[in-house]
Amino acid sequence: MGTVFSFDVRGGEPQAVRVALDEAVASLHRVNEVFSTYCEGSQVSRMARGELTVGECDPEVAEVLELGAEAERASDGWFSLRYEGRLDPTGIVKGWATERAARLISGVPGVSGVSVNGGGDVQLLGVPGPERPWRVGVSDPLRPGGLAAVVSAAGADELAVATSGTAERGAHIVDPRTGRSAVTDLVAVTVVAPRLTWADCWATAAFAMGSREALAWLESLPDVEALLITAGDEVRCTGGLARRLG
Amino acid sequence: MHPLKKNRPLRRIMLASAATVSGVVMLLALKPHTAPQVAVASPAPSSSSSSGAVSGKGGTTVTGDSVQTRWGPVQVRVTVQNGKITDVTAVTYPQDNPRDQQINAYAIPQLRSEALKAQSADIDTVSGATYTSDGYRQSLQSALDSAGL
Repeated sequence: MGTVFSFDVRGGEPQAVRVALDEAVASLHRVNEVFSTYCEGSQVSRMARGELTVGECDPEVAEVLELGAEAERASDGWFSLRYEGRLDPTGIVKGWATERAARLISGVPGVSGVSVNGGGDVQLLGVPGPERPWRVGVSDPLRPGGLAAVVSAAGADELAVATSGTAERGAHIVDPRTGRSAVTDLVAVTVVAPRLTWADCWATAAFAMGSREALAWLESLPDVEALLITAGDEVRCTGGLARRLG
Repeated sequence: MHPLKKNRPLRRIMLASAATVSGVVMLLALKPHTAPQVAVASPAPSSSSSSGAVSGKGGTTVTGDSVQTRWGPVQVRVTVQNGKITDVTAVTYPQDNPRDQQINAYAIPQLRSEALKAQSADIDTVSGATYTSDGYRQSLQSALDSAGL
């Protein structure tokens, strides 16, 4: 079981865009090789077994672990780099890698906008065209194929939309405090923030918290808006989300 | 100037065929927590075939790139009339075994209705709880990717 990445690149010379895309795809495969906890031979698996030190891994490993430690602090431990006591940076890697791939492509001369969707988490950079912002549908967890909201990136040069929930894959978010599936009244949390690295972590942490604590915590974070959907089909938003809905 | 050139949906499809809108589909094994299993990262290099636009009385028909997926090649044809998508058809799709045929029976009509729905919402992409490569086949995102919407 894997996931799918979709790239949408506007502007730029086609050949140069193709080269950058190939590079971005190669970098995602490389990230998978280094960070996969399902591959016994990956650097992260070997590190978890004590066979490698951080210093012996690719420099990206130290970078990601540092970002993950920051996410653990900012979320008061609701986001975690460990699973069943074992080192597992899976929760931060996908968002970080998706954001990095988007930035790599946006560096191509003439590219006006990039949208990269990594299995349902999106990093947007720039604009798709002169008269229009990027627009992201938020899928409705209780009505498959339907949209719960549409987020517009109008006025933002960078915007990420990350969703955590149970809709597509059943319960898979673990409460780091109990080690079991998170007991939560939420079915989905969508976080809107400039960088996907953080948006993805905050969505995961907020989902595990449950709606009450999550909403208060998300409100306290600067430049972060969110949409929470409960199992009872109630929708809760942070105060500033409305100006992002289009 | 082409009479439809001002209409955004067609313009985007044209961009797609000019390869500046580049949809790349790949599979990764960055799988969050479920029961541990051996993950097989199967890179799916997207092979492109040429796409062309044909204008006629019933609108303009654009055939998208053929994308190589884990299950076989997938290719979608879109009809645009007055700047609006009026039809989405799967030209090529995996149908080698009963399981494929069973999935296609609902996935293809769903792809069509979702492409049309996404157009009315005027969106570029979709955020939702992490989908698997299997789930992707039936997702709104795959409809957007296929249609170059």
